[in-house]
Amino acid sequence: MLWYLGRRLLQVIPVFLGATLLLYALVFLRPGDPVAGLGGERGLPEAVQEQIRQQYNLDQPFIVQYLLFLKGVFTLDFGVDFRGRDIMDVIAQALPVTFQLAIMALVIEAVFGIGFGLIAGMRKGGIFDGTVLVISLLVISVPTFVIGFVLQFVMGVKLGWFPVTVGRDPNFYSLLLPAIVLAATSFAYVLRLTRTSVTENLSADYVRTARAKGLRRSQVTGRHVLRNSLIPVVTFLGADLGNLMGGAIVTEGIFNIQGVGGTLYQSIIRGENITVVSLTTVLVIVYILANLLVDLLYAALDPRIRYA
Amino acid sequence: MPENRFETVPGGRRPRPGQEHFAAEVDEGGLGAVDAVKSDEAPSSLWRDAWREMRRRPMFWVAGVIILLVVTVAAFPQLFTDVHPRFECELPKSLAGPEPGHPFGFDRQGCDIYARTIYGARASVLVGVMSTVMVVVLGTIMGAIAGYYGGWSDAILSRITDIFFAIPLVLAAIVIMSITTNRTSFTVALVLASFGWTSIARITRGTVLSVKNNEFVTAARSLGMGRGRILLKHVLPNSAAPIIVYATVALGTFIVAEATLSFLGIGLPPSTVSWGGDISQAQASIRQAPEILFYPAAGLALTVLGFLMMGDVVRDALDPKARKR
Repeated sequence: MLWYLGRRLLQVIPVFLGATLLLYALVFLRPGDPVAGLGGERGLPEAVQEQIRQQYNLDQPFIVQYLLFLKGVFTLDFGVDFRGRDIMDVIAQALPVTFQLAIMALVIEAVFGIGFGLIAGMRKGGIFDGTVLVISLLVISVPTFVIGFVLQFVMGVKLGWFPVTVGRDPNFYSLLLPAIVLAATSFAYVLRLTRTSVTENLSADYVRTARAKGLRRSQVTGRHVLRNSLIPVVTFLGADLGNLMGGAIVTEGIFNIQGVGGTLYQSIIRGENITVVSLTTVLVIVYILANLLVDLLYAALDPRIRYA
Repeated sequence: MPENRFETVPGGRRPRPGQEHFAAEVDEGGLGAVDAVKSDEAPSSLWRDAWREMRRRPMFWVAGVIILLVVTVAAFPQLFTDVHPRFECELPKSLAGPEPGHPFGFDRQGCDIYARTIYGARASVLVGVMSTVMVVVLGTIMGAIAGYYGGWSDAILSRITDIFFAIPLVLAAIVIMSITTNRTSFTVALVLASFGWTSIARITRGTVLSVKNNEFVTAARSLGMGRGRILLKHVLPNSAAPIIVYATVALGTFIVAEATLSFLGIGLPPSTVSWGGDISQAQASIRQAPEILFYPAAGLALTVLGFLMMGDVVRDALDPKARKR
């Protein structure tokens, strides 16, 4: 296990460097001068532009720019954006909101996805199974932003059950509807994964043995079927945490949440390169860490992985 | 029927002249299944079995009809409507309800919603098909080389795959699309494909790894076949099933991703009629006329649903484990 852990940790380094370099290149090698447009119609004096370029290392060769940025990542100092805000402050403000939203979505999809998936899998071919399967297909095929608009309009505007937008200070209640929207697609995937996994395990030999030695139905379901069926589901959920945080851009836009997604989208539109790179780097780090965690969890749950 | 060298009738085993030893009953020895294969029939392949299995499922026909319909609409939208989606808009009819010749009513710009829904199919299908083709080609090449040749090429290609995998698809697409000035169906597909190929590469690598140790590969090698030819003629055709299943589902995901980009305003330009763009437009007038949102959303959902269902059916048919149950 220790050897596996070491090998897996070593693999993170090239992935992190490669992914950040790729993102940095994509954002900073774009055509056009980010400084030239800053002053509006009249433009900034040449000397001021020159100073800004120096401040953001834009006068350095590309690879030096990247290395200086990397130094910033490790010292947790991303510098200030074009409007003078410390980017670390921007991240510190946005990240907890998105994190809370993603965790809420994760809990929702886990509880309902595993619950419905287990019932459907136990009664494969029944009415419940059929209904749930059709619903899950429909949920997957309707894009998140459509689900978002419809729920916002029906639950927020028409029925008035939830606040329509979240705004400056989010709390559990105002984030509930966005979390449901964010969770919807993954919920359907979790449900289908659990169902397939449960039906496979139900016909496994150890389940037959457990039944044969006279264990109660609830014990067989809980200890043998569910626990073994959860291995692939846990993997999916772990990897999905990264996806949820990155995919929150759309949901945060619809509900006006000031999280990573909303901030990122606004910085992209405004052309604030340094903010875009910093935020995407944070998201990529979360994504890599979530995948690392999943792999370790998987290795802990399934000994076959360690020795492969 | 050719004379059988071995006795196959259960229970009817008679000692042949000179036979002294005792052999297990044919059925116990596991030879029954081998003998049950009729030698004068063409061998039933995985694909033939899958096709026979699929034809029986109603879901296959439902999905097939949906896909056929959507593809026809995308290819020949003129067959379904005489109204032009962009040049016959009348602003006085903004948000007006249905009237003869305009069954779905009008959007905010006074354009016919039915015509826009019909013409919107092309963008989605085009982007979906193009990015899926690119992803399959790129992912298969990367995965096959990594899995088949192993060693250094595997180490390098797998790390490259990991790097691209570490960047979420929509995030990467948003960053790239925001700096792309030439936004067409092709560039959107290219951007989606350049970050969406990693799953296919991983799947292909895994399958190729397990296929290349099969006996028929050893047989081909001992007959003197070259490595490249073995990869193309034997390994890849036998690794195709999971790739095809994933590609069918991926097509649906790419369509959703394109709609998301168009919805955010950084996908296809407003001059291209697309469902994502229309949903974004409809959202602006959701309080006055919520039903406008329904038509492009329904078109999008139906298309994705068709490909998802097809992927489900194909997976079930190609997986012999699932078929037995």
